[in-house]
Amino acid sequence: MPLWTFFGLARGKATTNWPRGDGDNGQAGGLGMPRYHPERCKADCDDCVGACLPGAIRLRPQGQGGPRLELDYGRCVACRLCTEVCADGALTPSADWAFGVRSREDLRWTEAVGSAPAQRLKGAIHAAFGRSLHVRHVDAGSCNGCESELQALNNPFYNLHRLGVFFTPSPRFSDLLLVTGPVTYTMREPLLETYRAMPEPRWIMAVGTCAVSGGVAGGGYACAHGLDGILPADVYLPGCPPNPAALIEALLMLLQRAPQRVKGGRLVD
Amino acid sequence: MNGAEQRILSVRELTAACEDLLRHGGRMQMAYGWFPQEGAPPELCYLASPAQGRFVLWRCRLQAGDEVPSLARISPLLGWYEREIHELCGVSFASHPEPHPLVLHEGAQAVLPPLDTRRAPQQALQFQPEPWRLPEVAGKDVQLLPFGPVRADVVESAQFVFVYIGEAILHFHPRLFFKHRGMEQRFRGLSPMLGTVLAERVSGVGSVAHGLAFCQALEAAAKCAVPPRARWLRVLLAEMERLYNHFHYLGHLCHTTTLKVGEAEGKWLEERVKQLNARLTGSRFLSGLLCPGGLRRDLDPAGLSDALEALRHEFAEYIERLERTNSHVDRLMTTGVLSRQAAFDQGATGPVERASGLDRDLRRDHPYAAYADLPLMVAVRDAGDAHARMQVRASEIDASFALIQRLLLLLPDGPVRADCRPLAKSEGLGWSESPRGSLYYAIHVDEHGRLERVKIKSPSFSNWRAFPLTVHDSNMMDYAINEASFGLTIAGCDR
Repeated sequence: MPLWTFFGLARGKATTNWPRGDGDNGQAGGLGMPRYHPERCKADCDDCVGACLPGAIRLRPQGQGGPRLELDYGRCVACRLCTEVCADGALTPSADWAFGVRSREDLRWTEAVGSAPAQRLKGAIHAAFGRSLHVRHVDAGSCNGCESELQALNNPFYNLHRLGVFFTPSPRFSDLLLVTGPVTYTMREPLLETYRAMPEPRWIMAVGTCAVSGGVAGGGYACAHGLDGILPADVYLPGCPPNPAALIEALLMLLQRAPQRVKGGRLVD
Repeated sequence: MNGAEQRILSVRELTAACEDLLRHGGRMQMAYGWFPQEGAPPELCYLASPAQGRFVLWRCRLQAGDEVPSLARISPLLGWYEREIHELCGVSFASHPEPHPLVLHEGAQAVLPPLDTRRAPQQALQFQPEPWRLPEVAGKDVQLLPFGPVRADVVESAQFVFVYIGEAILHFHPRLFFKHRGMEQRFRGLSPMLGTVLAERVSGVGSVAHGLAFCQALEAAAKCAVPPRARWLRVLLAEMERLYNHFHYLGHLCHTTTLKVGEAEGKWLEERVKQLNARLTGSRFLSGLLCPGGLRRDLDPAGLSDALEALRHEFAEYIERLERTNSHVDRLMTTGVLSRQAAFDQGATGPVERASGLDRDLRRDHPYAAYADLPLMVAVRDAGDAHARMQVRASEIDASFALIQRLLLLLPDGPVRADCRPLAKSEGLGWSESPRGSLYYAIHVDEHGRLERVKIKSPSFSNWRAFPLTVHDSNMMDYAINEASFGLTIAGCDR
């Protein structure tokens, strides 16, 4: 054991300074949600609609104003097929991954950014928890991708503890219910039981596109459409899976220590 | 079916065929049912792997009133497949040795079985939770510990029941399939490209292995040749996936033996491979690249060779220190022993079976992508314990590093995508050796070139079946170590 400590110390610090200062967020090269440029969209084409497995892109019904496409980033699994079939460059690949929002509406693309007021959190979370948060995670039928990234939060690079956020085994000690997966018929009741076992005030976060909207697995004979209609989420974080930096930003956003960066379906800063 | 020989059998011939296969050193790989004709009884498909030569798919078209024999007494690994077919396709197997619910939980009701094509795809199961029937164990001081489905830490959902006295586990009963998403049914009606997107999301940490097996099954159905550069780059993706999974495994194993610095170092290695993945492909899980016919776009592996060489040096020191740490190794040796016979009979696969002395690896035995052109060292150990399972994975990391360096040296130029359209009513079998073992996709295409039935055989489905055998009669303190040493996923198993 002393040997491990010695070599560990000799190797130096692996933890990033991010999100403070000029720290590395570790996501170089990673691609995220596609960007939408309605002015390039041609009037006689719906290739992207057919290329979208979870139905995140739809044609707006005729007669309604606004751009031709309805985009819902809460359904997007970032497969980037739409950017490959779009011949006009109306949908382009991007590195946008910081998609945590307080209101589900902010994941739908709108022309006028920031017209809807940001939803107020129920209760003053900052007063209640200051700088610390205890999280109970429930896997409601995920593909294990979200778990892999949640587990990565405690690796030496992200080292979530430094930000005062801890995963806790018991729902009795937790402030936040963090849900992954589309909610299978068998996990619905254990999920609700976990929620009921939490003391108030308590918050809910839907992590991953499956938990936000059902994703590619939602519907069918075994799955619901994520938390939709089951529990009200305070923060939605789509992604397939959301990367560890996106998870950290969303957690800090819940604690009002970081701003919401997506409004009307796009990054605004 | 393209990709495998075919043999048409009647229900009466099944038993003799299975006995004959086992007598000659072969092994069953999987079984599934599907409905080739709406309203008619299903067809059963059994995938057999003879000791020599190609896979053989036995096909048995059922007639109304047929009594189907259970083969689980001859080949125990078929027990779970038969139970799954019973629940998802409504076929009953006569005198099944373990006639209990498996995939669909007690209280789940379906008027038509979930895979019956007459059923509306969005129709949800009726579910009224019912108590779970457990084997009765009685005696002085016997205690029952149900654990899960929501467990400590960030882990996947499953329930485990321990019947124990003090430290000693008398009986262990895992209850899986809390995460059954009905993924096989979700493929129905999709185009091949959208099917690939879905296959990549069956098991997140096996995106490449699943996507690859799916694409290869479609390519077999379409009889399409993948360009050389794409085949080589597919090997690169598959081996990068093996690296980050195995590093995670080593770190997690340290977590269970409370070797904290060892855990941090293993997971730091994993994180760096994931960051390399993102730089190489745009995805930390290497998804969004595979497509039927090759790759969606070309890759530029500049700088990868040096980065991996640096990791290899660190890994060499890391594994040497692990092997010299008695407090770690002592907890692994003789823990969770899986005998060679049990591994074979119950269908254990991947590093688990190779640690129990079974020398099998699809990359070498049934080469795909560019594995036939590359040197591959298959690690085998005989002890069958947690330590052997760790050693097999450590050797596989070495082999992956060597393989990738050679691949980067010899990577051919050229296109990465060929046109691939499956013909109407075509069928194909595809496979890959995922970090956890053998993975099969069997695909039936409908008359419009869309997916009709997709069967997924995941390695964790096989290894979860073998795992409880190593827990009975062990002790509580070793359980977490033993479970970690199997390196199982639940998403892959439950689908």
